[in-house]
Amino acid sequence: MAVKEVSIGDITARNSEAEAEFKGDQMVINMGPSHPATHGVLRLKVELNGETVTKCEPVVGYLHRGDEKIAENMTYNQFIPYTDRLDYLGPIHNNVTFALAVEKLIGIELPPRCQAIRLICCELARLQSHLLGCGVYGMDTGALTVFMYTFTEREKLYTLMEQLTGARFTTSYTRIGGLARDIPEGWLGNVLKVINEMEPVVDEIDKLLSRNKIFYDRTVGVGVLSKEDAIAYGLTGPNLRASGVAMDLRKDEPYLGYEQYDFDVPIGTNGDCYDRWLVRLEEIRQSIRILRQAIDKMPDGPWYAEDAKKIFAPRKDKIMTSMEELIQNFMLVTEGPQVPAGEVYFEAENPKGALGFYIVSKGGGVPYRMKIRSPSFCNLSALPKMCLGHMVADLPVILGSLDFVLGECDR
Amino acid sequence: MEWNELLLIVFKALLVLSVVMSLAAYAVLAERKVAAWVQGRVGPNRTQIPLLGGIPIIGTFLTRLGVFQPAADGLKFLFKEEPTPGHVNKFYYLLAPMIAFIPAMTTMTVLPFGQYVNEAGEVQPLVLANLDIGILFILAVSSLGVYGIVLGGWASNSKFPFLGGIRASAQMISYELSLGLSLLPVFLWFGGSLNLFNIVQGQTDLLFGFLPQWTILFQPLSALIFLVALFAETNRLPFDMPESETDLVAGYNTEYGAFKFGLYFVGEYTHIIIGSGVFVALFLGGWNLPWVTLPAGLFGTVLSVLIFVIKMLALVFVFMWVRWTLPRFRYDQVMTLGWRWLLPLAVANLVFYAIIIAVIEQF
Repeated sequence: MAVKEVSIGDITARNSEAEAEFKGDQMVINMGPSHPATHGVLRLKVELNGETVTKCEPVVGYLHRGDEKIAENMTYNQFIPYTDRLDYLGPIHNNVTFALAVEKLIGIELPPRCQAIRLICCELARLQSHLLGCGVYGMDTGALTVFMYTFTEREKLYTLMEQLTGARFTTSYTRIGGLARDIPEGWLGNVLKVINEMEPVVDEIDKLLSRNKIFYDRTVGVGVLSKEDAIAYGLTGPNLRASGVAMDLRKDEPYLGYEQYDFDVPIGTNGDCYDRWLVRLEEIRQSIRILRQAIDKMPDGPWYAEDAKKIFAPRKDKIMTSMEELIQNFMLVTEGPQVPAGEVYFEAENPKGALGFYIVSKGGGVPYRMKIRSPSFCNLSALPKMCLGHMVADLPVILGSLDFVLGECDR
Repeated sequence: MEWNELLLIVFKALLVLSVVMSLAAYAVLAERKVAAWVQGRVGPNRTQIPLLGGIPIIGTFLTRLGVFQPAADGLKFLFKEEPTPGHVNKFYYLLAPMIAFIPAMTTMTVLPFGQYVNEAGEVQPLVLANLDIGILFILAVSSLGVYGIVLGGWASNSKFPFLGGIRASAQMISYELSLGLSLLPVFLWFGGSLNLFNIVQGQTDLLFGFLPQWTILFQPLSALIFLVALFAETNRLPFDMPESETDLVAGYNTEYGAFKFGLYFVGEYTHIIIGSGVFVALFLGGWNLPWVTLPAGLFGTVLSVLIFVIKMLALVFVFMWVRWTLPRFRYDQVMTLGWRWLLPLAVANLVFYAIIIAVIEQF
């Protein structure tokens, strides 16, 4: 076995580097990992010339938990709670995306009701995430009140989540081949009530900030990312659309029956912070539009794939009365859903962008290898380019407009 | 000077000091309540003093109102451990909060806050020191406050406070100019008097029998420039560059804790209160109410003080209202606004009123 040499670098060189920090014209400041602007544990090494940023290097990994490796040691259903902790601002969408990825590998078709429920969950997650994104973005420009307004609305969404899943934050709602449970009685009415209350608030935020001269000056022309750059850096989601690329997986590769719903995809023109704000605000409105339609035509029928015997656990009443179901349940609990050998890549339009799962299976209930393509990580990669030449005070605005989550970025 | 006169001045000074200090403390509470109100929250409503809070209806009401919160806040500042980071320049580090606090307190000595009309009809001001150069004194002393912030940022020997300190110095010096220039037309208007009491007295009468002679009605632009500059001078949002918490953590006071931070904090609110007081005296007619003549004697005095304080607090509310509504400027935008808009505007305003006043005096 070959011995690999690991270099720890020249100590004198490192020392002189540290000294150069004090000698040059540039000031190096460390923003984070615990800093109010960095939204979590992001660390920025920023070089300043006066107040102008000449270099910005994001350092990620402070929240690394090794989710991809963890996934190799547990069954597919057991991994669902881990997906909550990816983009923890819209956790239920991660559940859905993960379940869809595994189901694509298995190749099962879901009943329409299950799809519609999952779609409602996805759009609620988008609302959760975008409301926080817009609120925190307002806070980053100094408008603290907007943050409180959006949080009040988010609170109602959490209550909805609690009614649906029993948990406010870590939902873990989906199962491979279905859901944890059907929607409770009257829940759709509650959703309708919440989104009806939300619409005027969104309009109010829009009026409060979008035409505000200070906000306008702070965001227009700041952190511009051209169409080409946005594509080259692999941006997805609202950030990509703000740069003028009309790419939305809900339209381009519809899943969950998104093709049956009527909605628009807002795109920006300049790719600056202001456009990203406008795109997010409009996406909230479009999500509300989708939710209305979905609630209107919620189909009846089973809410899990009934014929997928080795995938989805049988109902409790059947387990207690029927031998076959009891065995089936036992096998599912001990060995996990039986997934055929093969590999699959599936990505869905998460609130933050395209969240992808690449799963390699050698059969059985445990993935052989899993890779998570996290939109936040890709979106964050464009940061060094966007910050150049801007001032320190622009950094929080650019960070806020990118709307990333470190839980997903670091995985 | 007689010893009893001296005693009276000491008594007045202590009285005004305690009133301003408690006003500053309750301004903090008001800020939190106004913020809560604007944001659809409740605000502080738990703090209570054991015996006082236990009184059946009134105690509960006061607790809900958060009346005891300032006491808790102040005591917290006092009882906290006083950390002094190892990397600071100790002397200046300790000096800075005092320098920020003392000018704020000193300016109030020349601020008239009421009047006393004796039986002969002579009007006397309620003021600690009725200086003829009153407003110059206020401008001179309050601008010393910037040294507290700059020194604090510098002595902390840390990068974020340093940036905050630099911003503070540039910003406050730029806006000092507009602040001073916006006041000149007011002095010209009142015959060149710099005495705040004379200016308030000048706003007593009605013009043409119905129009109150408040300066803001005749010089709205001066009032606007003064107010904007006042926001910048007191480091309030949208001009709170020195401590913009989203990028500079806490700006110049990042390394300060316990009572040293408390001094900065109280200093800031005192600045707001005094600034509002000056604005009321200069532009809003001081303790005058339009179409009402204050009665002579003690009752009229109490009334005048009340009117003045209410006007002042209304302006303090505007400060808070703006803070919780607007986003924050960027540093270079603050500079642009100060030098390229406010300063030329203030100069043009001065020239305009100089000509107007010269023309009026001709006829």
